[in-house]
Amino acid sequence: MAVKVIIPTPLRPYANRQESVEFDARTVGEALAGLTTEYEELRKHLYTDDGKIRSFVNVYLNDEDIRYLQKENTQIKDGDTISIVPSIAGGSAAPAAGR
Amino acid sequence: MATKLAPLTTSQAEPKLSKEEILRYSRHLIMPEVGMEGQLKLKQAKVLLVGTGGLGAPLGLYLAAAGVGRLGLVDFDVVDFTNLQRQVTFSTSDVGRAKLDAAKERLGNLNPEIQIDTYETRLTSANALDILRDFDIVVDGTDNFPTRYLVNDACVLLGKPNVYGSIFRFEGQATVFGYPGGPCYRCLYPEPPPPGLVPSCAEGGVLGVLPGIVGAIQATETIKLILGKGDALVGRLLVFDALAMRFRELKLRKNPDCPVCGEHRTITQLIDYEEFCGIRGEEAPAPATLVPEITPREVKARLDRGDDLFILDVREPHEYQICNLRGHLIPLGELPRRVHELDSSREIIAHCRSGKRSAEAVEFLRRAGFRKIWNLKGGILAWSDEVDPSLPKY
Repeated sequence: MAVKVIIPTPLRPYANRQESVEFDARTVGEALAGLTTEYEELRKHLYTDDGKIRSFVNVYLNDEDIRYLQKENTQIKDGDTISIVPSIAGGSAAPAAGR
Repeated sequence: MATKLAPLTTSQAEPKLSKEEILRYSRHLIMPEVGMEGQLKLKQAKVLLVGTGGLGAPLGLYLAAAGVGRLGLVDFDVVDFTNLQRQVTFSTSDVGRAKLDAAKERLGNLNPEIQIDTYETRLTSANALDILRDFDIVVDGTDNFPTRYLVNDACVLLGKPNVYGSIFRFEGQATVFGYPGGPCYRCLYPEPPPPGLVPSCAEGGVLGVLPGIVGAIQATETIKLILGKGDALVGRLLVFDALAMRFRELKLRKNPDCPVCGEHRTITQLIDYEEFCGIRGEEAPAPATLVPEITPREVKARLDRGDDLFILDVREPHEYQICNLRGHLIPLGELPRRVHELDSSREIIAHCRSGKRSAEAVEFLRRAGFRKIWNLKGGILAWSDEVDPSLPKY
């Protein structure tokens, strides 16, 4: 099934600055595995060392949080969109202390 | 999920609008969704803005203009030149002033009919409940994770809506947390990212109009909460990409296992948020002091003597374009695969903007066997201070 994965701004530097990538996958987990295989650097931003999706990163299939579906086993339909939505904190100053 | 709004209840005696106020708010008054009833609700409303920066600017301006009767402002910062690109409350002449003084003057001039209370402090676990308690709605326009979790938890504990917005580069998020029955920030993100994984400000920055858009969305939601009109942005996360000019809406659910608003809550009072976010304090010293350092003055003196020094710039290409020391550019992230471009027999001075990234570069290269390598202390900022004041700072 063709699925589009939307990459959020903070993670684009680790995915060749792309806004979205298309994959053939049957489940959300397969699509994310495809993504992190193609962009190895993304892996540590999406997964903990023991392979769980990080708690400050949410993954949506269309508009639904996969935590409330079948998580990474959630089945994909042709034309679905996966969104990766990490927490961002910026509001007034430059993000984090300047470096 | 659309959450129909019910008006906030206020206990004050029914106020009235003066003749001047009726003229000022006439475009609200002739609109049935606001009308006299709504405008009086706005006049009675008490809204606290946490942060008067990028998001706080449109928030303060629009909420003051709309006639929110009491605005509280929390900040402890001073206006600097880099703020002016997006913090439109402030003028060039405000640089160096306390943000709260400048904001209070600006908002007071915009609307002298409202009360503006300022809290010149960092919001902490010790003062948050006391400050928030007096207000009906809290609007989160801060710039860091510890304060965001603090604002969230305090709002949940006090039962106050928390109008949330955050921005990064050209992407923004907005929603309303803490509304009765709705999710909170911890339902969305149980934990903050560990500090090392947060994109650094080397990759950061923000499009100046972005906080204008996201802050205006927060102001809209705040006014709707006060009026009790429309569908609140509760249980929905609005994600905005300015580059694609696209809004997406994602469902937010209340997490039954949420530690602060769930059924079996474990957080019943405010905690240490710096510790929770793994931060030792904003000015925590980086391990920069562990690598060999050299000051800009020493480097200048050695270059003037004709010493052969190789200047390695580990910033990003777009930073090099702002200003540079004519060094060899290898961004920190590319260093591992471009290390062959360096000659370990030469003396190398690594630098970045402030000295943190280059300290990492020096540490990396020392592990790779480089011995004659120093970190330029304070980076290009210090070079501007100590050696060449014509070099722009950014």
